[in-house]
Amino acid sequence: MDIFGVPLQALMSQLLLGLVNGAFYAMLSLGLAVIFGLLNVINFSHGALYMVGAFAAFIGVSSLGLNYWLMLVLAPLAVGAFGILVETAMLRRLYRLDHLYGLLLTFGITLLLEGLFRSVWGVSGQTLEVPEALAGATDLGFMILPNYRAWVVAASLAVCLVTWFVIEKTRLGATLRAGTENPKLVEAFGVNVPRMVTLTYGFGVALAGLAGVLAAPIINVTPLMGSNLIIVVFAVVVIGGMGSILGAIVTGLALGVIEGLTRVWYPEASEVVVFVVMVIVLLLRPAGLFGKEK
Amino acid sequence: MKRAAIAIAASAALSTGLPIQAQAQISGDTVKIGMITDLSGVYADIDGNGGAEAVRMAIADMGGAINGKKIQFVVADHQNKPDIAASRAREWFDQQGVDMLIGGTNSGASLAMAKVALEKKKVFIAIGSGTAQLTNEQCSPYTVHYAYDTVALARGTGATMVKQGGKSWYFLTADYAFGQSLEKDTTAVVKANGGTVLGSVKHPLSASDFSSFLLQAQGAKAQVLGLANAGGDFINAMKAANEFGLTKKMKVAGLLVFINDIHTLGLNTTGGLYLTDGWYWDQDDASRAWSKRYFAKMKKQPSMLQAADYSAATNYLNAVKALGSDDPDKVMAQLKKTRVNDMFAKNGEIRPDGRMVHDMYLMQVKTPKESKGAWDYYKVAATIPGAQAYTTKAETKCALWK
Amino acid sequence: MNRKIVYALALAAALLAPFVGYPVFLMKLLCFGLFACAFNLLVGYAGLLSFGHAAFFGAAGYVAGHALAVLGLPFEAGILLGVLAAALLGLVMGALAIRRQGIYFSMITLALAQMVYFAALRAPFTHGEDGLQGVPRGHFLGMLDLGNDLTLYYVVLGLTGAGFALIVRTVHSPFGQVLKAIRENEPRAISLGYETDRYKLLAFVLSAALAGLAGALKTVVLGFETLTDVHWTMSGLVILMTLVGGMGTLAGPILGAFIVVALENKLGDLGNFLAQATHVEWFAALGESVGIVTGLIFVACVMLFRRGIVGELAALRQLRK
Repeated sequence: MDIFGVPLQALMSQLLLGLVNGAFYAMLSLGLAVIFGLLNVINFSHGALYMVGAFAAFIGVSSLGLNYWLMLVLAPLAVGAFGILVETAMLRRLYRLDHLYGLLLTFGITLLLEGLFRSVWGVSGQTLEVPEALAGATDLGFMILPNYRAWVVAASLAVCLVTWFVIEKTRLGATLRAGTENPKLVEAFGVNVPRMVTLTYGFGVALAGLAGVLAAPIINVTPLMGSNLIIVVFAVVVIGGMGSILGAIVTGLALGVIEGLTRVWYPEASEVVVFVVMVIVLLLRPAGLFGKEK
Repeated sequence: MKRAAIAIAASAALSTGLPIQAQAQISGDTVKIGMITDLSGVYADIDGNGGAEAVRMAIADMGGAINGKKIQFVVADHQNKPDIAASRAREWFDQQGVDMLIGGTNSGASLAMAKVALEKKKVFIAIGSGTAQLTNEQCSPYTVHYAYDTVALARGTGATMVKQGGKSWYFLTADYAFGQSLEKDTTAVVKANGGTVLGSVKHPLSASDFSSFLLQAQGAKAQVLGLANAGGDFINAMKAANEFGLTKKMKVAGLLVFINDIHTLGLNTTGGLYLTDGWYWDQDDASRAWSKRYFAKMKKQPSMLQAADYSAATNYLNAVKALGSDDPDKVMAQLKKTRVNDMFAKNGEIRPDGRMVHDMYLMQVKTPKESKGAWDYYKVAATIPGAQAYTTKAETKCALWK
Repeated sequence: MNRKIVYALALAAALLAPFVGYPVFLMKLLCFGLFACAFNLLVGYAGLLSFGHAAFFGAAGYVAGHALAVLGLPFEAGILLGVLAAALLGLVMGALAIRRQGIYFSMITLALAQMVYFAALRAPFTHGEDGLQGVPRGHFLGMLDLGNDLTLYYVVLGLTGAGFALIVRTVHSPFGQVLKAIRENEPRAISLGYETDRYKLLAFVLSAALAGLAGALKTVVLGFETLTDVHWTMSGLVILMTLVGGMGTLAGPILGAFIVVALENKLGDLGNFLAQATHVEWFAALGESVGIVTGLIFVACVMLFRRGIVGELAALRQLRK
């Protein structure tokens, strides 16, 4: 069966693969959106921290002999801890200044991290094996889907949903949101706003680290893996609306699917389609799809 | 004011005065060899630091000096970027007095370096890169293309697969000079042997994830998946092909495969694969002897490129020694009239178009049962004489060889 | 009085430099200096942070390279075409981007620059990953052979100098004053009757054209043009240069560009020198750590020297008074 001259099988398989990529975009842009929405910081180092998470998993498994499941918990914690360090030592002092400086600082941190990892491991990729329990593939008829990729989609969606729920529907989330709108008032209620902000940053980057661990077995683990992804993730967050959690999740998934579709008809354009969408969206809806004009 | 003017005039005079060269002499009192290759990226294993070590071995075997003049060696990493390669080559020729440039992997970088060498009229030996353009459209009186090229690979692996029944092809191509050359040359061979090419999908150099490209390949339903890439890209593409079950439905043709790739992937994944190679560490006594020395230093067996680095450097230095001069034009003439007879090639010759022609081998990777241990990976399925493997005079697009 | 001496010294240094240093490296410094100054015109004086300036730098390089290598046009025509291409691109990108403010403006410039990158990657005339090679230098005004590094140096010095002069003139002109007003308080400027969009667009096009001049010249100097020049990391690099030197100062970006380019090219040599001098082997590996050093400088500048080197020096002088 052919749709627009393309066999259904090819279409379905690219769509499914696009969904897997979309799950990554969603999780990464979620972290970025959380940080921007609640801290007003444009965290350029998100891609580099994703890379650190992946390397942490690689080091943990290959050098320390730990298993993948343990790294799924340890790596995000490590990345989160690093994030908290950065926030308290440096980022905090830039809040009162223009957005620009937070962006530039995190850009500098990106260069540092990538340079450091590059000097130790070079640019060529390291490989991490898929854990035993998730190895193998399922024959879906139109394609053979490695089980691990299905796990990635499931895990990402679960994390995204839980995060969205916590921020939008729980009291903790409400406190967080209030803290960014009017920190003085929230502090008056006895909440330690600076600490809350720090922990939120830590959580946001931990999400990036988690995405890294999930990605490590399927994508080449190289020091540059984050920089290939970061501007796409930025675009996703901007399209979704810079502070909107739901916007980030929905746009991330949608973009993965759109890229998958583009690959069916005009494969080379899959790299640039997100930017075309971004320009269109920004010109029509200035604050993004789900965003609020501040 | 006057003093400044005198100073300017003096320095202007000085700078136009250099360089001074006597006729049959070694310039700058040293023979300086420069090597620009991929030291840290997808091609680092097949050439990289191992290749640099091979050149050092050649220099050491020469005694470190020719007629009392020291031989110097500098290495740089082009990171698979033609601009870095070209800038570094230019700077080396201008500022560092490099006499001969060895081009490592990456065809785009080699093409750029060849242009700089042509402009500066210095010897350039391309070893790691594959594009046949170096001796066709882009041939130059100063370029030697040493180890292999995409035409030879196509005529080896391509022809064999078609004759074995792989009539319809689909390519997964690295999107730059090398991949495009390889795809073009293999397509020509496939069609000449009665096969068809259903299409191709291009991937960026050092792509991180091959899954979407392979799914496109699967959709085309060809008999053979031609992998027009190399090094790390080849390794990742093979792994992904296995992961997505493509190897069960299609035959995979690795168009440029090195022993290091087999070592990484293992015989379980690659057993039975056909590939075209120009040299194997275990092919005869001479190669085994040299490989033993190399292994002692690098703890891995050498690839064709690393052996070629040694051979090319040795032959260049021998030419300089025979002439007593490193004048590029004289050396090029000497190289083109001397046969290459060493552990790398028997009866190899460097043609007027710059192509070093020698026998190529169609290898088949052993199955785990057939292999007696690490690095015992190949058996020779056929020998392809040089004249058949490479572009002939009738086919050449090089203006120097008409 | 002070300033005139500094200018005279700088001019003398610029005129004598090729006899001391490697002319090709010096020309690279000049081109990046102009690029950074052009970028600074937009961000430092008009307050518009563009994330896609590499698009102008690289596009001009490709157009000029193609004109010289393939179409065989003379040197002047190639450079002019490059500048025009960049200006046109600036007009289109600017018209779209200035409809939004702040971070959204920046993101639109990034997105449009990515589209330019994509076009450069796919267009056959750019040769994608292999780059546009073999760009001939030709002759200046039909007479002077630019194949000679020295001659080319003075021509490049003249052209980039003209570019700098234009920027200085613009900043000190009424037009420049309006730009500053827009940067400080745009609603106020609008209420005073200025059509701020037109001013912003003009600044954008001017900045793009000068960045294009830098890119076209660099292509001729090095003889090739590759995707590196249209990649977003190049846009990041020019932001770094301007930040290190001092945003909103005239000389700052030039100094920043010199530092960053010298770092990229000479760190390896510096490392080898230090290794030999101190016998500490670790220094020899410094050449591979360009990213780390650049990152450290970036972070240090953002945290401590926010006004950049020239900015901090100017502030110090103010304090002394």
